[in-house]
Amino acid sequence: MKGRIAYIASNTFREAVRDRVLYNLIAFALLLSGAAILVGQISIEIEKLVVINLGLTAVSLFGVVIAIFIGIGLVSKEIEKRTLYTVLSRPVRRWEFIVGKFFGLAGTLVVNTFFMAVGVFGALFYVSHKFVRADALILVALYFIILEFLIICSLSLLFSSFSSPLLSAVFAFSLFVIGSFAEDLRNFAGMAHGISRWLATGAAYLVPNFSAFNVISSIAHEQPVASQLVVQNTLYALFYATMALSGAVLIFERRDLK
Amino acid sequence: MPAIEILGLEKTYSVGFWRKHTKRALHPLHLTVEDGEIFGFLGPNGAGKTTTLKLLMGLVFPTAGSARILDHEWTDPVVKAQIGFLPEQPYFYDHLTAHELLEYYGQLSGVPAKQRKVRVDEVLHQVGLRDVRGVQLRKFSKGMLQRVGIGQAILHNPKLVFFDEPMSGLDPMGRREVRDLMEELKHKGKTVFFSTHILSDAEALCDRVAIVHKGELRGIGAIEDLTSSVQGKVEMVWQGSLVPASIKALGAEIHVSGDRVRAIIDENQQDAVIDILRRERQRLIAVIPVRTSLETYFVEKLRRSETTAGRTA
Repeated sequence: MKGRIAYIASNTFREAVRDRVLYNLIAFALLLSGAAILVGQISIEIEKLVVINLGLTAVSLFGVVIAIFIGIGLVSKEIEKRTLYTVLSRPVRRWEFIVGKFFGLAGTLVVNTFFMAVGVFGALFYVSHKFVRADALILVALYFIILEFLIICSLSLLFSSFSSPLLSAVFAFSLFVIGSFAEDLRNFAGMAHGISRWLATGAAYLVPNFSAFNVISSIAHEQPVASQLVVQNTLYALFYATMALSGAVLIFERRDLK
Repeated sequence: MPAIEILGLEKTYSVGFWRKHTKRALHPLHLTVEDGEIFGFLGPNGAGKTTTLKLLMGLVFPTAGSARILDHEWTDPVVKAQIGFLPEQPYFYDHLTAHELLEYYGQLSGVPAKQRKVRVDEVLHQVGLRDVRGVQLRKFSKGMLQRVGIGQAILHNPKLVFFDEPMSGLDPMGRREVRDLMEELKHKGKTVFFSTHILSDAEALCDRVAIVHKGELRGIGAIEDLTSSVQGKVEMVWQGSLVPASIKALGAEIHVSGDRVRAIIDENQQDAVIDILRRERQRLIAVIPVRTSLETYFVEKLRRSETTAGRTA
């Protein structure tokens, strides 16, 4: 079982690499080196702040776009191209296929994030010529970004298990945007009355709370992150991703592959 | 023990925007395929052949019915390790090379690493892709992909192989090779279940065939049984090019080619023609009862089912 999941995950990773997904790193490198050179010339004492903010936001956005656009095709593309037929006619269970695909995409994003992180630290060194202890906090922000990717991967897979790639992209991207404002939604629910309070509260807790993962700004200002938040976010991301993946499995287990 | 027992499998799809309408892709199907035989599943396009194969592979779920494969419930994962499947017009991960793809499928089928290495090379050689083992599948032609498809179906040495239109996209040499491969599989004691609408392939290869049309089984039996019904005519062949006028007068259908004359006549005229040939000092070579070809049987079955459907409507 473990072996089959690993084989499917490694094939998914290999497919992403060979389909030149990691080429986004070139765009990222260009963006970041351009920005570092530019802020190095025009900013006064805030170069580091700008580079951290810009770099980590770019890491997050590039990853989200990859997670959504690969994730939405992971199942639907395999059905459309009928590559699934020769996989599922082997001793591979449908849930193993979904879980394998998830780990393959998550692995791709982790590797991608690793290279981007190297780029962020490189740009940081370029503008400040040294590393300080507080720079290690960037690793926490990167960890939260990866947790965010796990949720997005699982949601993309969930939508991909029953919907067309276009609709899946719309759903996943909408959830990402709404989830980024989840705190505002919760505040609104607190202020609303009657049925709208119930609806807003339900929606606020159903959408993924991505705002809790966004610590980029506070880290750029060298503010520490509470260890409680690290534990909380880890558990939340694992729980949410597991729920979304379970949904994907439940749907896919019953789906006819016409 | 039969290799496959299909016990009333049927499939109805819900269609339309609100899924209120239904379309029956397969009427309850009862079928048994014996161990070690080559079984042909024949029918025109859209007859329900692929639906049946997808049901057996667990790719679609039946509305009713069940099946047993190699003495296990067809949904049992144990079964999947012992069967091979070539889908119709197969498409594979085109970022992989032929070697990598077979390696990957070997992993998924649970072939041990050591054995896998040897087996992948063997299969690549067997399907004639050894020289292009390192080329990505996106650069492969349709015929080459079909060969890859056949390779992946037999890679893990399955006891039972399902081929959906295996000759599709192959040139005459390729078709011949696939035919030889199927015979080799049978020789090794494997069971082959293949769907096709090319009747000559079925006639040349199959021990038994089933004919499906519009989702219903229309006929099943051994090729010899289906084609043995004598049409009440005989074909007489003699040497030379002379056709006696008295034979022409019998209303025979005459074909002259080279130094052979073939005449198709009614069975009850056989003795009279032999007498005429003896009298004319012609050398009789053969007297062959004219049998129904598989094609004639197939067309007749389809025509009958069309007529029945028309009457019911």
